[in-house]
Amino acid sequence: MYLALAPDTIARWQFGMTTVYHYLFVPLTISLVAITAGLETAYVRTGRTKYFHATKFWGKLFLINIALGVVTGLVQEFQFGMNWSAYSRFVGDVFGAPLAMEALLAFFFESTFIGLWIFGWDKLPKKIHCACIWMVSIGTILSTYFILAANSFMQNPVGFSLDKAAGKAHLTDIGAVLFQKLNLVVVAHTLTAAFLTGAAFVMGISAMHLWRAARLQRRGRPTDLKQVAAMRTSLRLGLVLAVVFGLGTAISGDKLGEVMFEQQPMKMAAAEALWDKEAPAPFSAFSVPDVAHQRNSVDVQVPGLLSFLAHKDFHSAVPGINDTAKAEAAAYGGSPAEYIPNVPMTYWGFRAMILFGMTSFTLGAAGLWLTRRKFWVAPEHRTGSFDVPRLMLTRNRELGAVGAGLAWRAGILTMAFPVIANSFGWIFTAMGRQPWAVTGLLRTVDAVSPNVSLTEQLITLIGFSLLYIALAVVELKLLVKYAGAGPVTTERPPLRDIKLGGASTLEGSPRDADKPLAFAY
Amino acid sequence: MHLHDLWFFVIALLWVGYFFLEGFDFGVGILTRVLARGETERRVLLNTIGPVWDGNEVWLVTAAGATFAAFPDWYATLFSGFYLPMFVILLCLILRGVAFEYRHKRDGERWKRNWEAIVFVTSLVLAFLWGVLFAAMVHGLPIGADHEYHGGPAELVQPYALLGGVTTTVLFTFHGAVFASLKTMGSIRHRARHLAQKAGVLTVLLLLAFLTWTQVDTGNVRSLVAEAVAVLAVLVSLGFNFGAREGRAFVASGLSVVASTAMLFLALFPQVMPSSLNAAWSLTAANAAAGSYTLGIITWVAGFATPLVLLYQGWTYWVFRKRIGVQHIPVTAHAPSAPAGVRRPPAWR
Repeated sequence: MYLALAPDTIARWQFGMTTVYHYLFVPLTISLVAITAGLETAYVRTGRTKYFHATKFWGKLFLINIALGVVTGLVQEFQFGMNWSAYSRFVGDVFGAPLAMEALLAFFFESTFIGLWIFGWDKLPKKIHCACIWMVSIGTILSTYFILAANSFMQNPVGFSLDKAAGKAHLTDIGAVLFQKLNLVVVAHTLTAAFLTGAAFVMGISAMHLWRAARLQRRGRPTDLKQVAAMRTSLRLGLVLAVVFGLGTAISGDKLGEVMFEQQPMKMAAAEALWDKEAPAPFSAFSVPDVAHQRNSVDVQVPGLLSFLAHKDFHSAVPGINDTAKAEAAAYGGSPAEYIPNVPMTYWGFRAMILFGMTSFTLGAAGLWLTRRKFWVAPEHRTGSFDVPRLMLTRNRELGAVGAGLAWRAGILTMAFPVIANSFGWIFTAMGRQPWAVTGLLRTVDAVSPNVSLTEQLITLIGFSLLYIALAVVELKLLVKYAGAGPVTTERPPLRDIKLGGASTLEGSPRDADKPLAFAY
Repeated sequence: MHLHDLWFFVIALLWVGYFFLEGFDFGVGILTRVLARGETERRVLLNTIGPVWDGNEVWLVTAAGATFAAFPDWYATLFSGFYLPMFVILLCLILRGVAFEYRHKRDGERWKRNWEAIVFVTSLVLAFLWGVLFAAMVHGLPIGADHEYHGGPAELVQPYALLGGVTTTVLFTFHGAVFASLKTMGSIRHRARHLAQKAGVLTVLLLLAFLTWTQVDTGNVRSLVAEAVAVLAVLVSLGFNFGAREGRAFVASGLSVVASTAMLFLALFPQVMPSSLNAAWSLTAANAAAGSYTLGIITWVAGFATPLVLLYQGWTYWVFRKRIGVQHIPVTAHAPSAPAGVRRPPAWR
């Protein structure tokens, strides 16, 4: 049993666990900060309090998230050196450059302006305060870009030369690393998926509040109209974003598939459980891969579709797992079996990603249809901006009690779907490139730290797991608490705009000097 | 001058920036237990660093990232060599960051006290561990011909490294106390100044002992100058502190952090991780460096980004330049509560 625990197994588990965990917070952070920035812009431009309440509300949820996103990102940066020192020595020259750029150009931005935004409500003029959150948003997006450039290099190494004697890859063309086709598409796919995640989150929480308001109203209990107004705007925003970015995710995903068929045929063949070359190649809708016999024991297929996904025609040949493995074995030595990734994991990871991602898009579109406020609906049936939207199907008619209940429930459930899709997406993309850490250059088994003992690795794996579980519980409790409470509508926006450098000094009136801070830890 | 020598100093600069900035926020974290009387005063202290600690911590992220890019071998040996200490550092950084953000998110007495305890303990451990790691790195470690670290975590438990840890802890506490007296008002300000006075005396003694040991161990003329500056700066800071010139005292205490960090790097140069087994196996700025192309690229990026970073981080400090006192701490917590009269049914029903 002890022998089965090779150092690279523990290091892989640690990498997988910490990465998927880190990535639970990242997409939500990227999108929530942009949504908050958009809402604050709406507030600054119109001065309407519903936007102010919505800004504060989503901003708070964003802050709860980013706290964990940032600190778990530290683990990501450190573990390359801790667990994968052979990898770091080998590609540090190439991989480190985008990482350093991320820190210098993006992360400084993000972290500095977050402080200004959190504590700056009564210290900065409205417009500058709003600009601060946009800076944070730009920071997160730049961050995504550089990190994905580093990751894309691992998937498809470019812009380097190999120094065999020193056992190092040397960077020769930074432009190739930053702007390779794969990276551009991956960035588009990751960002659209991140916004889909945020959209579903906003949509789910707003739906929860509106549903609650609808039930309170039905029982004749008082409802907080300002809260309804803020949540109503948020719901529509979430629905629109879900549709727009759902489509974006699908389009970029399709493009990404095409690029990967070209650059990483093994990953896509495994994603489709396509064992042997076929022309035209069918798309597998459901299969049970039988790895031992290198075939599928059950397979439901759509003929020709895979050829279309890969080459945009219905009859081109797509190479299978066995052909690709043979080609790789011929190029790098060893037996073909060594080059086959975990097929069931890749196959189902790929499908789970698509299924959960597209479900959120569909539900977003359905919600947009259901909550629409058409001009041709009779005036008495239209809902004002302080009303709970009725779930209408056609003119003058509401969805029945059962149907409405189901629709609100579906809206709330959608929150989780893109998060699941993201996790499976990364599991798919990282497992699909095995046995390589850097495709064609460095195997994962050769990438681990040679001098770190199994005991040490187990200590950190268990340590991080326990800490992460504990933090997940805390974070979830806080999220449920704050999301459940809804926008604090008793909070009033600052009455007068602050002059930069004026109110912040001690020279103001004595009463101003002793005024409590608008925000304090 | 070779690019890799330049980058040695850039990395040194990043660590200097990190210790200068996060040094005082570690210090303030430690002071929450030493100085503050009651919850409101603890909150005053936490809020003096509230808007800036996140930006301060990025200096570490950047130092690590830049080391990865400019000296992949240094990065690999350092992080895998100090595996368990790095793990403890990560745990502390995670808990500390979360503690700041989550402490005020719930009203319970126990909840708040636990996070406050975490801020104190993690600040203390981090201040200590960074000192230990840097001292151990300068002193030399069992590094083999393969550039790998061939020792256990026990290697760090040596008098010199432990002295380094104690020194940074006290130095950062002093730096933090001076910062607290600069940023607060009322009685806590005066107590911070008195505490800085005592901590400063201890800092002079420890710095003198630790830096002189370093000087004897691996020093040169430049590091001797840095040592003199570091010790003098503490004395100057003490003088200003005594005269209640808090701004100047902070500049001087910062200078002592800068000079002592610089001293360690000057004593190290041109090596980055000396080997205690065989001097020929040491990692040096030359043999641990990335290719000149990579160094050139990141030189451009750093040349462009660094002034920008200094500018907007400096602006943050200017925006939040006001002193904070107990009267500025809002009584109501930010935790939401349902308005009276509205009873909410749970969402899942």
